[in-house]
Amino acid sequence: MTSPLPAYEAPVPVLALGDVLLISLQGELHDGTAEQLQQDISRRVAGSAATGVVIDVSGVEIVDSFLGRIIAEIAAAVRLLAARTVLCGMRPAVAITLVELGLTLPGLVTTLDVDRAFDVLRRSDPGRAEEGT
Amino acid sequence: MSEQVTAEVAARELGAFLERCREQIAQRWADAPLFRTVFTVSRDEAVEACKAVVDALCEVASSGRLEDVAAPGFDSVREQLGRMAASRAGSGFGPAQIADEAAGLRVAASELLRHESSGPVGREAHEVLLALTVLMGTLRLVIMQTSLNAGEELIARQRLQLLEVATPVISLWEGVVAVPLIGTLDSARSQVVMEALLHAIVEQRARYAILDITGVPTVDSLVAQHLMKTVAAARLMGADCIVSGIRPAIAQTIVHLGIDLSPVLTRGSLADALAYALAQQGVEVSRTVAGANSR
Repeated sequence: MTSPLPAYEAPVPVLALGDVLLISLQGELHDGTAEQLQQDISRRVAGSAATGVVIDVSGVEIVDSFLGRIIAEIAAAVRLLAARTVLCGMRPAVAITLVELGLTLPGLVTTLDVDRAFDVLRRSDPGRAEEGT
Repeated sequence: MSEQVTAEVAARELGAFLERCREQIAQRWADAPLFRTVFTVSRDEAVEACKAVVDALCEVASSGRLEDVAAPGFDSVREQLGRMAASRAGSGFGPAQIADEAAGLRVAASELLRHESSGPVGREAHEVLLALTVLMGTLRLVIMQTSLNAGEELIARQRLQLLEVATPVISLWEGVVAVPLIGTLDSARSQVVMEALLHAIVEQRARYAILDITGVPTVDSLVAQHLMKTVAAARLMGADCIVSGIRPAIAQTIVHLGIDLSPVLTRGSLADALAYALAQQGVEVSRTVAGANSR
């Protein structure tokens, strides 16, 4: 029995946690979904007071140059909208593949897991740090 | 009568001779150094081993494949021959010397053969002797092949061990892992190092990874590229990578080669790298008052 394929490609959910947007990528990302995701993120960052975007790729086991490019593009677009992107939870095999492909994602902040990604955003955001104290 | 038919008859003849004189040949061979030094426990054991070899030769001769190294008859004694060759090699003999010793076995057998056909040496006897020579030559090849195979297996096994042994990932502090690299870095090793380091980063939730290249004798552009790849992969995993232990000569080489290591954080020694990682994490190491009276 083959696993049932979705009739349409479900869009990737974008969760808002305070002023941080959390995106969790699972499995393969198709062309259509990726484009949809890019638009969603740009609109959400522009339309809200979001200052950070966390992309969790712990659910991604297979990576290709397409996914690498999509992530780089999302980060570039988010930076233009005055927010920061943190990539987190990359698996060792995925990291090795990206490096072998020559996609080292320069300038992108990476962390081990979601927890630390939020840490990084909190620490580097002076406005919030003052609020916290 | 064509030559081929003569050879076949001679081979069958030889097979019959070997079967007939199995006992005598085995007794003579058991005194040869090749067997004697391997089966040191008892002479009977050596005789048994010789018999097994004679049986194998007999089977090969009967099948008529005198020159075939891969003849099925040899399969039963291949392991035993390998053990013998390995034992001789262990006592400092080269493959050529082992092969010479194997050639010595022929003399014993041919003496018996000549003795059996006493009287004028006829054409048939000559053919059988020729067949025996060919067969012993093949045996020599088989012994040589098995000894070489054993050597190759050993090298492959050791190479694998070296890969595993030479790349330990050490946890230096909470959140700090280090890999002391020793020996030449090639693609296979750097791949192993990279995988081990990345898994350690995940397991120990490390923020800092230190690559110590004190034990790397030379750094060329390929090694530098491997280092950069490892650093990039560690960064993708969310860990900062520090390269330490670059000796002055190597630093000069890197500059001369025009390799740009500027995206890589470097420190003089492993201690400096650890100090940096600790400082970045806000950990302060200080001497306690009690420690002052230790000397």
